Amino acid sequence: MNKIWWKILGSVLVIYTAIAGLLLGVPRLPILNESIRNLYFHVPMWFAMIVLFSISVFYSIKSLSTKSEADDIKAVESVNAGIIFGLLGLVTGAVWAKYTWGQFWSFDPKQNFAAISVLLYFAYLILRNAIDEEQKRAKISAIYNIFAFPMMVVLLFVLPRLKDSLHPGNGGNPGFNSYDLDSRMRMVFYPACLGWILIGYWVYTIRFRLRSIENKQQNN
Amino acid sequence: MQLAKEVKYLIHKEVLLEWRSKYTINGVLLYVVSTIFTCYLSFVSLSDKLAWNALFWVIMLFASINGVSKSFLQETKGQQLYSYILASPSAVLISKTVYNILLMLVLTTIALGFYTLVFDTFTPPDLLLYYVAVVIGSISFSTVFTMVSAIASKAGNGGMLMAILSFPIIIPVLILLIKLAKNAVDGLPWENSYDEIGMLLVVNVLTVATSLLLFPYLWRD
Repeated sequence: MNKIWWKILGSVLVIYTAIAGLLLGVPRLPILNESIRNLYFHVPMWFAMIVLFSISVFYSIKSLSTKSEADDIKAVESVNAGIIFGLLGLVTGAVWAKYTWGQFWSFDPKQNFAAISVLLYFAYLILRNAIDEEQKRAKISAIYNIFAFPMMVVLLFVLPRLKDSLHPGNGGNPGFNSYDLDSRMRMVFYPACLGWILIGYWVYTIRFRLRSIENKQQNN
Repeated sequence: MQLAKEVKYLIHKEVLLEWRSKYTINGVLLYVVSTIFTCYLSFVSLSDKLAWNALFWVIMLFASINGVSKSFLQETKGQQLYSYILASPSAVLISKTVYNILLMLVLTTIALGFYTLVFDTFTPPDLLLYYVAVVIGSISFSTVFTMVSAIASKAGNGGMLMAILSFPIIIPVLILLIKLAKNAVDGLPWENSYDEIGMLLVVNVLTVATSLLLFPYLWRD
């Protein structure tokens, strides 16, 4: 029981936010209207992605010193899970942008930088495919992962603040945090973030276990 | 002190090797000049200064990928082993980075001169600020590409890997550089550019610090 409590918590929170996010009241704002509910589904994707990529960097650093195969698999599988959330974040953002900004992709700085940071991790996966020898692959890809992580932080958190963007929270546009995130929305938003992070972590543990079993079978 | 001595010696070696063959510098120079010329012929009707600015940085980007990637990709396994035995990893990385910075400075300065010569409409009003952008650009390209070319050469899969790995990392730097250079083209006062200059310096310090931490792991096979 004490091993699966967080999985139950994550599932309950995500189910709760899916229902409450669509049914509970939201503030009426011009242009945004009901699309403000996207906050519950779009923003948690990025939080889950950042958490998963941080896990990946942690295990990359660890695998450089321990040289254990398990740490390497953990690093790559958390990137695999994180990329799914990154793509979901891009898609939910694009759909929202279609109804508020007028088109799916308007080359807004936030969209571009998010897309580039996802590209960074695709490059990581391609680098892994390019190397055949396992220990060498673990080492070199870990180095690239650690090298790229600060750049992703710059891309996602620093650069958008220097440029004008239509994205809420940028360029003088009101962020959800400032005045329109009222207590009703907080009741759904914070559980949604926690829930999706837990689900993302769960996806990653399942992928890790699958890969470990596959590797064991191949070695026998 | 040992480190400084090794770095000095290794830079001397790099410059000497380059001076004997003059392959990289001449090759990349010809590459830049012919690219600028091709662009000129293809975009004659383009009169927008900002588009020319963006074009300049794209040309610089590809030239520096070609120039800097040579530093590790060109070396044979034997040469790498030799410098592995003789010098500390940090000395190797620092010397390569400094050498690449020197190479890129020469290259970008000549390219900027040629660019302003060919496109006389382009000449930015604040040439000094533009040159600052070019200098910072050479340094940033060198620090990032030196490390990425080391990764690509260890992965044993030269050119294509180099491009894939370096583009996502260099894009934030490139965007900042284009913004800074745009300020110079628009002739804005220097105060408006301190944000970008500071940000670029921070990114460079970050890159050099992570490279120095990670390179010893990469260097040991």
